Amino acid sequence: MKQSEIMALQNEPACGHNNKGKSGCAKPQPGATQGGCSFDGAQIALLPICDAAHIVHGPIGCAGSSWDARGSLSSGANLYRFGMTTDLSETDVIMGEGEKRLFRAIKQAVADHGPPAVFVYNTCVTALTGDDLAAVCKAAAKRFELPVIPVDCAGFYGGKSLGNRIAGETALKHIIGTREPDPVPESAERPGVITHDVNLIGEYNIAGEFWHVAPLFDELGLRILCTLSGDARFAEVQTMHRAKANMVVCAKAMLNVARKLEEDYGAPFFEGSFYGIVDTSAALRDFARVIGDPDLSERTERLIAREEAKAEAALAPWREKLRGKRVLLFTGGVKSWSIVSALQDLGMIVVATGTEKSTEEDKARILELMGPEAKMISDNDQKALIDAFHGFEADILIAGGRYLYPALKSRIPFLDINHERDFGYEGYDGIVELARQLSFSVNSPVWRQVRAGRPWASVATIANAAE
Amino acid sequence: MATVMHSQKALAVNPLKVSQPMGATLAFLGLARAIPIMHGAQGCTAFGKVFFANHFREPIPLQTTAMDQVASILGADESVVEALRVLCANERPEAIGLLTTGLSETQGADIRRNILEFRKSYPEFAEIAIIPANTTDTLGCLETGFAIAVEAMIETLIPRDRRKPCASRVNVLASSILTPGDIEALDDWLGAFGLEANFIPDLSDSLSGYLTDDGYASLTFGGAPVSAVASAGEAVATLVIGRSLDRAADLLRARTGVPDSRFKGLLGLADCDALTKVLSEISGRPAPARIERQRAQLLDAMVDCHFKLSAARVAIAADPDLLLSTSAFLTDLGADIAVAVAPARADAFDAIPVESVLIGDLEDMERGAKATNARLILANSHAAAAATRLGAAHLRIGYPLYDQIGGYAREWIGYRGTRQALFDVANLLWNQREMIKPYRSIYWQGGARANELA
Repeated sequence: MKQSEIMALQNEPACGHNNKGKSGCAKPQPGATQGGCSFDGAQIALLPICDAAHIVHGPIGCAGSSWDARGSLSSGANLYRFGMTTDLSETDVIMGEGEKRLFRAIKQAVADHGPPAVFVYNTCVTALTGDDLAAVCKAAAKRFELPVIPVDCAGFYGGKSLGNRIAGETALKHIIGTREPDPVPESAERPGVITHDVNLIGEYNIAGEFWHVAPLFDELGLRILCTLSGDARFAEVQTMHRAKANMVVCAKAMLNVARKLEEDYGAPFFEGSFYGIVDTSAALRDFARVIGDPDLSERTERLIAREEAKAEAALAPWREKLRGKRVLLFTGGVKSWSIVSALQDLGMIVVATGTEKSTEEDKARILELMGPEAKMISDNDQKALIDAFHGFEADILIAGGRYLYPALKSRIPFLDINHERDFGYEGYDGIVELARQLSFSVNSPVWRQVRAGRPWASVATIANAAE
Repeated sequence: MATVMHSQKALAVNPLKVSQPMGATLAFLGLARAIPIMHGAQGCTAFGKVFFANHFREPIPLQTTAMDQVASILGADESVVEALRVLCANERPEAIGLLTTGLSETQGADIRRNILEFRKSYPEFAEIAIIPANTTDTLGCLETGFAIAVEAMIETLIPRDRRKPCASRVNVLASSILTPGDIEALDDWLGAFGLEANFIPDLSDSLSGYLTDDGYASLTFGGAPVSAVASAGEAVATLVIGRSLDRAADLLRARTGVPDSRFKGLLGLADCDALTKVLSEISGRPAPARIERQRAQLLDAMVDCHFKLSAARVAIAADPDLLLSTSAFLTDLGADIAVAVAPARADAFDAIPVESVLIGDLEDMERGAKATNARLILANSHAAAAATRLGAAHLRIGYPLYDQIGGYAREWIGYRGTRQALFDVANLLWNQREMIKPYRSIYWQGGARANELA
């Protein structure tokens, strides 16, 4: 990928980071950088297209340490769970065998698994040696008669967010618009309910959490043409251009897809989240609003009233256990405020929130929710965060997986909010699960035991007594 | 304090209870050059041999008074004396554990009088210790039978005199919750403080599973020597592991004057810390770096594993001491003991951290586990089928463990044993985690996933 193309992706006009004179994604600082590369970001964004074969073209480092990282779940097809890589050797690299090997790899994947499509991910080494990914994919597509999608996402192009955006760009360029949606099945038609087609962009179905929300869409007559990309199928990604409305779920990085769909196909989009009762209801209302169907709005309100009442009842016992507990929230971007309202709703006190990847707009939302005294932490260093935890006298840290073990080592209760978790927190059922897990974590009897000192005398005390 | 509930069934289905004679047999197998005799019909002994052979994967020395029809009705005194004579003459053991069964107790056996008669008739065997234990089947369970035998060892072998204590010597009354592997670990633990353990009884030496140069022996080929048990009064302290040995401990203290420290078990941080503290006090030494390291490793495992254990629903069916020790361990880690079943009543119930303990069988455990959707079962090998029916994980504890090898060697106690138990529990529960059910949209028919199976 050319430098100019990378720059263009970084300057996503719909992204809040590009206002206020700050231009695009920041450059990583050697020696003080956390987080994944653009290969990581692209793979995370596309891998959940679960009936496709995903081939990582490069030496073992890239696929070897990242495959089968679970997280995003499928309701059926499972080919995405197979780790596939060209596993390039020294000879392949020196003799320039990479392209041939890739072609044979694609052939093998197609022969063994018969996927509807193959994704090929470029990595640092193959980008550096100049393997022509696009040409190999084109030749393979012709030869094997199926879409072979080159994803040019070498790690050195930049960080994870850029990788997300490359993934979105790839979907736009190679997949979206290549097929028309199937007709709405007769059995799904209900009298008086007009079916509207929608997309969810940046919804990854972590731990299956979208299945908490999906039934509500069916009930309202919102047909999800595609979730990009949790529990998605290749044929569904192809039809995304026909949606009447798009929701960008908690991921600024895929904004380019939503913006292009609006520009090219006139589908309006909005940003939202399914974390917490307030946000879930807001997301459903937003769909009704942008689609502009009064009947849908009315049915949405009825559904919201019913679901909120149900969730309130289920939350009651957990509120008791969480009331007044102090939370240090450290998740970048949209989640820095979207989770705040969910936690406040549980009676918890959010003492500070991280703003690592947040935009000015995100920060304004934080101030709105937490008041003008809101403490924001931009430092993403683990040690600084642990110090902040003690400084704020917090009871629990909510953050992404890379803070998990630093927190546990510091004997601090922790809740994982990012991709690696085992529990689904979306929707009305998800908030109850979130409350449960928060309560388990903060109220675990383990903390009292690991914080208490050893009950026997220290070496020094015994030595003194002996003197 | 747990409320005690009784299973109201007339029929015990899938029994949890193992009899008192079995417990007493086990205790006597922890003496050196010893052999237990069950005073009963030959079947009592035959079943017992197979039961322990399958658990320990060892030959089990065990004899019988072989009560027949005539002996059962007209009196079995002669059978007892004859059995003792034959064993003494043929095997020359150091000790014989003579224990009663349901049959001999119902008949009204008086084994103490039988022993006196034997002593009078055969003075040439005076050197051989004979330890009587009344362990009817109709009371208690394995744990109580074991405790009765330990009490009998103290009563029979330990003289009433006061002796000069040896500063490094510590008695350990080891109840049936300790495996041979546990006892070896405990020996190391005391050793780390420069203390020498005198185990009463010592299953580690007899049943930990090792090949000897002598090959097969018809007596126990290890265990606590009679002389070691007899010298318990020379210890500076006694450690008592398991509430079931309270009476035995009272007796030992009354007889020797050696002060004791009692522990409900040694599984879990609190109990391990309590023992380490006592050992530090007895020895006047700080905890060695090795113990401190193991403790720090356990703490780390506790924080790493607590996610998996939080509110996990667990069903436990075990003898009271084991029920107490395991339920306290799991409760301290955030688990929820949904079902607690014991085969017999015990004082230990007052400390079990559950609302109620059910005196019942494995069927009761299974029903309770089903009603509460328990995801992990702690019980002996007999619960394997129930666990399969429930789709729950099964961690094998207690007796018998016949469908796995090495249960006897497992270390459950100490910081290391606790950590491994914690890892195992966390892994079993992890595999049991409830996933969100995949939702299949009504709009998918005829589409890309019409033919997919969830």
